[in-house]
Amino acid sequence: MGRDELPSRPRRALKHTLLIAFGVVMLYPLLWMVSSSVKPDDLIFRDPSIWPTELDLSNYTNGWTALEHPFQHYLWNSAVIAIASVVGNLLSCSLAAYAFARLRFRGRNVFFALMLSTLMLPIHVLIVPQYVLFSWLDWINTDLPLIVPKFLAHDAFFIFLMVQFIRSLPRELDEAARIDGCGHFRIYWRIIMPLSAPALATSALFTFIWTWNDFFSQLIFLTNPDLYTVPVALRSFLDGQGETAWGQLFAMSIVGLVPIFGFFLAGQRYLTQGIATTGIK
Amino acid sequence: MSDRVGAPPPSPPAEGATAVAPPPDEPPAPPRTRHRRAASGALRQDRAGYLFLAPWFAGMALFTIGPILASLYLSFTEYSLVKPPEWLGLDNYRRMLEDPRLAKSLLVTVQYVFVSVPVQLGLALALALLLNRGVRGLSFYRSVYYLPSLLAGSVSIAILWRQIFGSDGLVNQVLALFGVEGVSWVAHPDFALGTLIVLNAWTFGAPMVIFLAGLRQIPVSYYEAAEVDGASTVRKFFHITLPLLTPIIFFNLVLQMIGAFQSFTQAFVVSGGQGGPADSTLLYTLYLYQRGFGSFDMGYASAMAWTLLVIIAALTGLNFLLAKRWVFYSG
Repeated sequence: MGRDELPSRPRRALKHTLLIAFGVVMLYPLLWMVSSSVKPDDLIFRDPSIWPTELDLSNYTNGWTALEHPFQHYLWNSAVIAIASVVGNLLSCSLAAYAFARLRFRGRNVFFALMLSTLMLPIHVLIVPQYVLFSWLDWINTDLPLIVPKFLAHDAFFIFLMVQFIRSLPRELDEAARIDGCGHFRIYWRIIMPLSAPALATSALFTFIWTWNDFFSQLIFLTNPDLYTVPVALRSFLDGQGETAWGQLFAMSIVGLVPIFGFFLAGQRYLTQGIATTGIK
Repeated sequence: MSDRVGAPPPSPPAEGATAVAPPPDEPPAPPRTRHRRAASGALRQDRAGYLFLAPWFAGMALFTIGPILASLYLSFTEYSLVKPPEWLGLDNYRRMLEDPRLAKSLLVTVQYVFVSVPVQLGLALALALLLNRGVRGLSFYRSVYYLPSLLAGSVSIAILWRQIFGSDGLVNQVLALFGVEGVSWVAHPDFALGTLIVLNAWTFGAPMVIFLAGLRQIPVSYYEAAEVDGASTVRKFFHITLPLLTPIIFFNLVLQMIGAFQSFTQAFVVSGGQGGPADSTLLYTLYLYQRGFGSFDMGYASAMAWTLLVIIAALTGLNFLLAKRWVFYSG
């Protein structure tokens, strides 16, 4: 660990071998799922290798149409909710974050503490009365219970992330704009938002990924098969014929993971590095 | 694990351990009443602040505070959505005390939280230490180890897990290569929860990233000074690295424990929504779902939800109390 004992060459090689071996073990199940998705079903239960002996895409073509709707229907449903959630979170959480980070108003500390305490609040405490509320409003089996809360800054986590980021921006910029006669909304929209691009990107990525993966609330609020999202559709696939069609199930599971993997590749910098810089000053 | 695995951390406070940190300090505002201009400035800021917070206020009232109070009320009633709630007093709570499945679900959840979180954090810390200084390809390794944290909350991965740990699944295929005959792990009451613990361990990447950032905060000069004094690697670890890392360990511990208490998706999918075999994967949240949305016993589910809230609050409070004994704050 010290600087004078820079690892000698064999030690370094050993370390890398260890790290790579560990990485392979970690990723093996994923790679095996991908390879199994192009294998015939009986091979899935006999062949632990990740090298497919034959390339058979029928699991994808058959799995795509195995449910009531073709799979793009569920992808579209998920995408609508995820994209609306991203827009909602970015707008509503950044407004609240600007207030907490830059404005002085009575009760600010109390509201801030309240906001932080909701970070620890499990959704399970809220879900029953929320369900009652949404069924009064006749919102069950619509996307509204999943989208409207995002436009009302329900994800306190992102408020907190943006507060932390805005605090790190130099105040001189706002003050100069104030002297030029800018109001708070203009400062927020023209100065703070553009400068907060990294925090907004991190928030957008995590909102998308979490919403795409979310199962609990979608399972509860969407019971009509026409509205099923990818996770709920996969679950109904598993319940319906899963045990007899693993190949197709794997194929569609992979399709469901592709968007997350894509955002991971495109946004790694914001996901991992962003954590390190916005997470800890 | 929480369905939000892979979360970036809300920043751990650098010095103070309190999660409820006051907002940043600003130059003190001029006294509000002394000058008219200052007073109107303060008023304008009040109004601007409330305006910017308006969506949040509405969301808090409608989707957080309202529901919390409503579920407190519902927890004292019998309610199934079709008829108006009927007042029961403490009956739901009394029924909870006598409900063997509730006791079982608490036990399962406690086992899950208290095994899976230390395993996950131990791995995270070990890998962070391995990756810490002077490893070439750090960002590559970090990405590879972090990826599962993003994926693990999905139904897709839960489906994969159910196959991997099935009777002819990947794990047993590999074991067969060594001549070992495995059981169906997900169908065995002694092992089913273990498969979920392994799944949670698989997400060590998220806390690892936080550990890595924390390790980078430790001044190199401390190690240099220790080397001058001839300290060994082990000594340096126990006398510099570990103490200075305790705030980050604490932060990860609180975060992951709260998350683990809320795990749902994996147990639901792996057990086909039942929490089986023999209720061995019946996590508290899964049982709550069954009562609330399977049998529409909303009153009982509300009582369970409030109990969960109290448990999490108590546990977090206990964590903060215990932290005084082992978390080290420099400066």
